[in-house]
Amino acid sequence: MATFHLQIVTPDRLVFDGQVERVVARTVGGDVCILARHIDYAAPLGIGEAHIVDENGKEHTAACSGGMLSVDNGEAILMATTFEWAEEIDLARAQRAQQEAEEKLRSLQRDEREYTMAAAKLKRALARIGAAE
Amino acid sequence: MAGASMKDIKLRIRSVESTMQITKAMQLVATSKLRRAKERMESSKPFGVLARKAIAAAVARCQDHNVPFLTPREVKRRCYVIIAGERGLAGGYNSNIFKAVAAHCQSMEYCVLPIGRKAIDKYQHMGVELLDDSQYRVESANVGACFRMANRLVEGYNSQQFDEVWLVYTDFHTMMDQQVAVERMLPIERATLPEDATPVATVYEEEPAETLRQVVPDYLAGKLYSAVCDSFASEVAMRRNAMDSATKNADAMISDLRLRYNRARQGAITQEITEIVAGAEE
Repeated sequence: MATFHLQIVTPDRLVFDGQVERVVARTVGGDVCILARHIDYAAPLGIGEAHIVDENGKEHTAACSGGMLSVDNGEAILMATTFEWAEEIDLARAQRAQQEAEEKLRSLQRDEREYTMAAAKLKRALARIGAAE
Repeated sequence: MAGASMKDIKLRIRSVESTMQITKAMQLVATSKLRRAKERMESSKPFGVLARKAIAAAVARCQDHNVPFLTPREVKRRCYVIIAGERGLAGGYNSNIFKAVAAHCQSMEYCVLPIGRKAIDKYQHMGVELLDDSQYRVESANVGACFRMANRLVEGYNSQQFDEVWLVYTDFHTMMDQQVAVERMLPIERATLPEDATPVATVYEEEPAETLRQVVPDYLAGKLYSAVCDSFASEVAMRRNAMDSATKNADAMISDLRLRYNRARQGAITQEITEIVAGAEE
C-alpha cells in the first residue's frame, strides 16, 4: 500500500517520524483517517484513541489529546498535547485518574469551570484506558 | 601586598582556597545538570518547528483576513513573558535579560509574566504589574505549567488586556554562546507563501478561525516550553562557564600568593641569618 510521511510531535518530544500507510485520530468532529495522497487538510484534535499503520503494515495504538492534525503537500503532521503509545501507558494510574475525575464530577455543578476540567480529565483517562486495553 | 607579613599572606591563601572550593563545586554541579538540560532542550525543539509549519500551512491559504491571533491591532499595552534564572552567579545571564527588556519596551506600557525567581523579584520590586500570582519556577515549569500560562496569555489577549505578547528568553547556540532573544508570540506572524506555490484548496474540519482558536494555545504552550528548556540550558551553561573562569582565577591567584609567601619566607630567613652573623662578628 502507498505510504506517506508522518511526523507526530508533542511539546516535550518527537514521538514518531517515518512512513505510514494510515493514520487515524479523533478530531473534534469525530475519527478521521488519513491515507496517502490526501488533499491538504487541517483539523483540531479532541481527546481519544489514535492509531497508525506503519510501512510494514503493523498497527500501533496510542492515546492522544489536543493539538492539530494537518496535511500539507502530502506530508502529515500530528501535533498533540499528549501522545502516548499503548505500551507506555500506566494503566493503574489512568484508572486512578478515572475514579478521581468521576468523584469530582459528582460533587460539582455543571456550570463550574472545574467541571469542564474534570470532564476533560475523565476523557483523557478513558482514552488512555481504551488505548492500553 | 608588598611587605605583607607571612601570616597575612597565609590567611589570604586560605580564604582564596575556600572560595575556589565553592566555585569548583558549583561548576561540577552545573556540568552534571547541563547534560540533562541539553537533552530536554533537544527533545523540545521539534514541536516548535513542526507546529509552526502546520499552522502556517493551515492559515496561509485561508482567505479570511479576520482570523484571530493573526491580525495585528493598535498596540496600547504589551505583555512580556520573561524567563530568567532561579539564582545568580551565572555571569551576565539575568542582567542580560533585564537589559534586553528595558531596551525593547522603551516607553510602552507593559505587564509581565515572569518565570524564575530572579524575574519575579525584579519586576515585583520595580512595581510592574504581574499577569499572574502563581510563581513559576524554571526547573519545575513542565508542559502542564506552560499550558496554564498559554491559556492565561490567550485569555488576556482576547479580552484586550494587552495587544501584543513578547517572549524574552535566552537562546542556547553552543556551550560558549548564548544570546538573549526577544520574539513576538502574539499576534502570530503570517507566513507568506512561496511565489511558486500552486493554489490548492485545503479541507478544514472546522472553520479556519475556529481551528486557530483551538490550536493556537497549544502552539504557544509548546513554544513556551521550548523557550524554558532553552533558557535553563543557557543558564546552566553560563553558570558553568562563569564558575570555570572563577576557579581558574582563584588558581592563578593562589599560585601568585604562594610565590609571594615563599619570597617573604626567604626574606625573613635571610634577614635572620644576617642578624645572627652580624651578632657573631661583634
